[in-house]
Amino acid sequence: MPTVHDWINNPLAVVDGLFAQSNSSPDWEKKVVEYFKEKLKLNDAHTWVPSLNDVPLYYLKPNSLVKFRCMVQDMFDPEFFMGVYETNDLTSNSKVKCGKYKDITVGGQVDFNSRNTVTSERQTFYCVPIPGESQWAKEISFICQARVVPSTSYVPNRHKRSYEEDDEMDTQPQQLKDVRTQSSAESHGNTEPKRQETEAPSHDSSSAHCTSSLDLNFPLPGEKGPACLVKVYEDWDGFKLNDMLEVFGILSVDPALSVIADEREASSLLDPTEVTETVEEQRVHSPPPSLVPRLHMLYAQPLVHNNPLLPSSSEQSYLSSVLGELASVRAELHTYLTHVLMGDSLAAEYLILHLISNVYSRRDVLPLGKFTLNLSGCPHSSPYTEHLYKVIQQLVPSSYRLCMSLHNMNNQRMVPRKDYTANRLVSGTLQLANNTSLFLDETQLEQGQLDATGVRNITALGNLISWQKVDYDFNYHQMEFPCNINVLITSEGRSLLPSDSQVNLRPTLNPPNLEEYLSAVQVAQVPSQFNKYRIYLSGARALNYTISDEITKAVEEDFVEMRKDDPQSMSAEDLHRLLVVARLLSLSHGQNTLSRDGWMKAKQLEALRISRTQQQKSLSGNEP
Amino acid sequence: LLNVHEDPLSPPSQRSRAHDTSTELQPMPTSPAMDTAAQDVSLFSSPMAPHLFYPVLQSEVDASSPLMYGTPSSRVEGTPRSGIRGTPARQRADLGSVRKAPQVDMHSEPVSESCCHSEQGAGQRLVIWGTDVNVGTCKEKFQRFLQQFTAPNSREEENAGLDLNEPLYMQKLDEISVVGEPVLNVNCSHIQTFDADLYRQLICYPQEVIPTFDMAVNELFFDRLPDSVLEHQIQVRPYSALKTRNMRALNPEDIDQLITISGMVIRTSQLIPEMQEAFFRCQVCVFNTRVEVDRGRIAEPAVCRNCNTTHSMALVHNRSAFSDKQMIKLQESPEDMPAGQTPHTTVVYAHNDLVDKVQPGDRINITGIYRAAPMRLNPRQSQVKSVYKTHIDVIHFRKTDEKRLHGLDEDGEQKLFTKERVAMLKELAAKPDVYERLSSALAPSIYEHEDIKKGILLQLFGGTRKDFTQTGRGNFRAEINILLCGDPGTSKSQLLQYVYNLVPRGQYTSGKGSSAVGLTAYVMKDPETRQLVLQTGALVLSDNGICCIDEFDKMSDNTRSVLHEVMEQQTLSIAKAGIICQLNARTSVLAAANPVESQWNPKKTTIENIQLPHTLLSRFDLIFLMLDPQDEAYDRRLAHHLVALYYQSEEQIEEEHLDMAVLKDYIAFARTSVHPRLSEEASQALIEAYVDMRKIGSGRGMVSAYPRQLESLIRLAEAHAKVRFSSKVESIDVEEAKRLHREALKQSATDPRTGFVDISILTTGMSATARKRKEEVAQALKKLIQSKGKTPAMKYQQLFDDLRGQSEAAITKDMFDEALRALADEDYLTVTGKTVRLL
Repeated sequence: MPTVHDWINNPLAVVDGLFAQSNSSPDWEKKVVEYFKEKLKLNDAHTWVPSLNDVPLYYLKPNSLVKFRCMVQDMFDPEFFMGVYETNDLTSNSKVKCGKYKDITVGGQVDFNSRNTVTSERQTFYCVPIPGESQWAKEISFICQARVVPSTSYVPNRHKRSYEEDDEMDTQPQQLKDVRTQSSAESHGNTEPKRQETEAPSHDSSSAHCTSSLDLNFPLPGEKGPACLVKVYEDWDGFKLNDMLEVFGILSVDPALSVIADEREASSLLDPTEVTETVEEQRVHSPPPSLVPRLHMLYAQPLVHNNPLLPSSSEQSYLSSVLGELASVRAELHTYLTHVLMGDSLAAEYLILHLISNVYSRRDVLPLGKFTLNLSGCPHSSPYTEHLYKVIQQLVPSSYRLCMSLHNMNNQRMVPRKDYTANRLVSGTLQLANNTSLFLDETQLEQGQLDATGVRNITALGNLISWQKVDYDFNYHQMEFPCNINVLITSEGRSLLPSDSQVNLRPTLNPPNLEEYLSAVQVAQVPSQFNKYRIYLSGARALNYTISDEITKAVEEDFVEMRKDDPQSMSAEDLHRLLVVARLLSLSHGQNTLSRDGWMKAKQLEALRISRTQQQKSLSGNEP
Repeated sequence: LLNVHEDPLSPPSQRSRAHDTSTELQPMPTSPAMDTAAQDVSLFSSPMAPHLFYPVLQSEVDASSPLMYGTPSSRVEGTPRSGIRGTPARQRADLGSVRKAPQVDMHSEPVSESCCHSEQGAGQRLVIWGTDVNVGTCKEKFQRFLQQFTAPNSREEENAGLDLNEPLYMQKLDEISVVGEPVLNVNCSHIQTFDADLYRQLICYPQEVIPTFDMAVNELFFDRLPDSVLEHQIQVRPYSALKTRNMRALNPEDIDQLITISGMVIRTSQLIPEMQEAFFRCQVCVFNTRVEVDRGRIAEPAVCRNCNTTHSMALVHNRSAFSDKQMIKLQESPEDMPAGQTPHTTVVYAHNDLVDKVQPGDRINITGIYRAAPMRLNPRQSQVKSVYKTHIDVIHFRKTDEKRLHGLDEDGEQKLFTKERVAMLKELAAKPDVYERLSSALAPSIYEHEDIKKGILLQLFGGTRKDFTQTGRGNFRAEINILLCGDPGTSKSQLLQYVYNLVPRGQYTSGKGSSAVGLTAYVMKDPETRQLVLQTGALVLSDNGICCIDEFDKMSDNTRSVLHEVMEQQTLSIAKAGIICQLNARTSVLAAANPVESQWNPKKTTIENIQLPHTLLSRFDLIFLMLDPQDEAYDRRLAHHLVALYYQSEEQIEEEHLDMAVLKDYIAFARTSVHPRLSEEASQALIEAYVDMRKIGSGRGMVSAYPRQLESLIRLAEAHAKVRFSSKVESIDVEEAKRLHREALKQSATDPRTGFVDISILTTGMSATARKRKEEVAQALKKLIQSKGKTPAMKYQQLFDDLRGQSEAAITKDMFDEALRALADEDYLTVTGKTVRLL
């Protein structure tokens, strides 16, 4: 039994073993990666690996295999390290050792002049948990895994979770967990008595992560969780900033890694190499490992989405199987959203389209498939937008609500900026992973003066919406980072920001107490229902989509026809929008291709929306 | 031998280099005349700084020492070296001789075996430890290079004023003796063409080869010019090593090699005085002694050699020798970066006179030696982090943007293309329809607007830069400015975004958000240094690029006014906070403007539609209207295009991306290497075209062309020749320029009342017919007033009604107001409120 988890508990032994076998032929490195990949593939082995996201760091065994679901927030400079080195003991027996997946050399004096020394290169990424990840996504993805921590006997105790969910989720993993804790207790009971003592689960495990004075550089304010320095050994060019990854790697928390500031100052006088880094830079690049652990990557799985209810690589075959019952789910979701939007079914329709939108391609500078929705006519005084955001948060795996108050606009850092003193990318609220829902609450905006930062922030938001890109500020120049963020704007009148489509909210219900009404709507939904919606939204987004030649012809005909009557009514831009609406509408019904019917429906929908907007215009025009 | 703080850690490169023992060198006799140079001896073991050992070589040295490199002939006594003797050698901190003292490993490696390779019979062939460099041969080769190398085709600025058919570097040596700056910059590519093997050695073993070069050049110099007096011995600074061009490509194999990388300075440290030599004085007997810094440490003498007092030696700071050092952070240039990644940075050390040569923000090419050193976790622990610290010891800086002050960076940019790429581009250029191909590759997602795309294409290429400063005309603008106006939602912004993404030095601003300061430059006080710093704005930043200005009409008048200077003189004058300067802003402006009334009014002229001052409009070479054509066939194609956009497969999109890369390279190549000149035939065609243009108007009493239009034509024709990679502007270029210019005029300068093209709409803001009409109305009004007899004051409304009743053409209120204003200008009347008074 104990051997089963050796590769999790002591992966370095595996690495060293393979290295020793290799007789210095370089392909041992590949073998190591292969070995772990194989192990992780076997019957859900990856779920046994403890997750940094959930288990507090002090429960994790140093140098064990852990996983971390994260977003690449910054990329540091590549570093050269001793891939292979030789040490001299006092007995002057020299030994050749492998330095890969380690931060510090072990044993004896390193012989720097050895012929066996091999210098290798690796890259460091600064990774943070996926920004704005919804509570439900965290709970679902970590609950069944965190309980089966083989290296410790830590059992997370979550008081936050509602009981219904507990009942739902726990039936199966509970049994698993029991077996697992038992087995781990057996295997480690003797070796780690100390850890057994610390078993008492803390009531507030998440707060333990963030007791730092160190700025962990999370994109969103109020985020919690560990940040991590991930050392990448292979193909680091394949990773991009803001990529979502699930990293499997060896945890390294040697306290010697952190540099104590005053000690440095004393020595820096004599050591000319040490002036290369400022104190700020030191703090960022060598933070205490108890706060920012190092993770030596063995294998990383890029995540297309972070919805834990779907398999991480959403294959079309899986999707089509799930989407069988799609029509009914869609109808239910539509009813639910209609209730939330106070009986406005058109707005609910557009909200669904918005939620499944996705930049699927770019044509030179033009992002295709984005669908920014401006929900105008939101009540100003009541906390309606707040509730609406909560509803969306319940549906999407990651989201963020940005209150566009003057204070926020003038003070918040939205665009990431390069800090050259600390040599890092200081994050901003617009550094978000793909398909994050950004909820811009314009009802919070009041009259007043925008200062330079405010103007810049508005421009950045405008660029984000129009081109789906954020120009990161590198002081001497700007760098463009494409993004894929679903932006929803709620406003009273038409938003000052551009949008792809504006729907004026027209409530048919007028509940006397809005709050009570909304919470009643929420409670009416069974939790399992939510999971269905979540799968639906993520699944519909990932579907393939085509337009047949026949339909293309029909659409062209239609366009010409529409323009014949009144060229003003239908511009090229309108056609753009109509094509996106048609696409999203088809996808939302689970159709892979545009049908004539779908096109007509899209047109009707648009006509309905436009007529409403125009009515609104004439209404408000008459007011003064 | 190891000390705690700074171990003499050897390079971590994979090739292991054996080292000799410095202890062997200890009993070296010191010649009193060679104060500093001789002092170094005990420190520098063989491979470093051979010139420092110079006097030693002539004395008796242990024959087994690796210092005995060189063929016997190089050590012949009595060669005339008085010049060198008299000139002090300066330590080359850039070669890192101090810190890189090698290690001894007597046990594992018997020195005598591996250090000197005795070679086949002919004689002793000694090479420097761990390398294949033979000092004698190397020196000889380099001297031969200096004496013989000519670069007849060199276009570098440094060589301006030199006779390119004479040996280049000998002239430079002469220059050194005149100027007295003992630095010889050597282009590595010259060495490569001259002797590939020498070049390889230089790249692989710079630490050994460069001192050898120093030695060679000093011998040569003082042989030729024995009487020259220099501050210190000449130092050779190689540059443009072809090894690496991109920071991202650096890898462990480059350690200890000579590399050249480009980047941008992001931070410079303060000057760090690095002690080279400590001066100690005995407190008891005032005996002085000097101690060299050895690998970052000073061995404080415990006993005074003179009076034998222990612990009596005190360090005297101001008599110790320091050298300057500066840490510079270099970031890779934005152009080198793959999309979606953050830029890398590298630490660079500048030494001695290279300190403070660069400022943050400078784009530079540096040549230097790449170093790596292990890091200690803790001074008291033997464990080390398994990570190395890397830096570059800089040998040569070359600013790339400084040259932009004088002209285009031809040298730097041209090398980016491989031979195959150039061949491919040339093949493309040879195609007869290259112009159409390129223009259709431009922003393929935007439908049609062929002429606009062609105009923008020509703008991307630009005309030929001409300098008329000698004749007092100043620079002749080579950049083409384009204004797009038209209905909102006709993808103007998209076109601008595309162009901005295409060109390397593009800037994108919106008229709404930018202030005059943001466009030009402003003076800022650096909070740290309290120094005034000039911060440049979008226009200056896009020097040699394109400045895209969206919502041009929303720009405040104040902001727009700075464009006047930029768009014709291509400079920006700044007088602020005591800084008065003129910055280059040779930028093409691509602007987009919306009509004032949200929809383009075809009944009005361009000026009336966009309400921009005509003084500014006349500075645009081409003004295009982007209007909705409202035609069925067009609609159909548009629909097809848009739908295709949404269902095209990944591969097709991939193909297009390739096109964009080709287009980028094509433009970059043409801009740097094609400089077309007008041919005789083309000049004639241009003259004819201009005369024709003037003729059109003169028939109707209008001026339809101004010299500015001729200049535009020339620029457009040149740009078209560039598209063809042709060094001559021919008549087909002029034809296309004419066509395009006419096309743009037809769109923007057509008088809506007469239907004729009238350039005065753009140059004076009013068509000639409109002006004539205005005069007529004014005259009619005057007559009307005169006919009323002696009435000093009249009611405004009354007068207006009278005039309307009298005139057969409809007279609008605007026209009436204008007429009143015209008469007021003549001092005939004044208008106060609702009454009109005669004067």
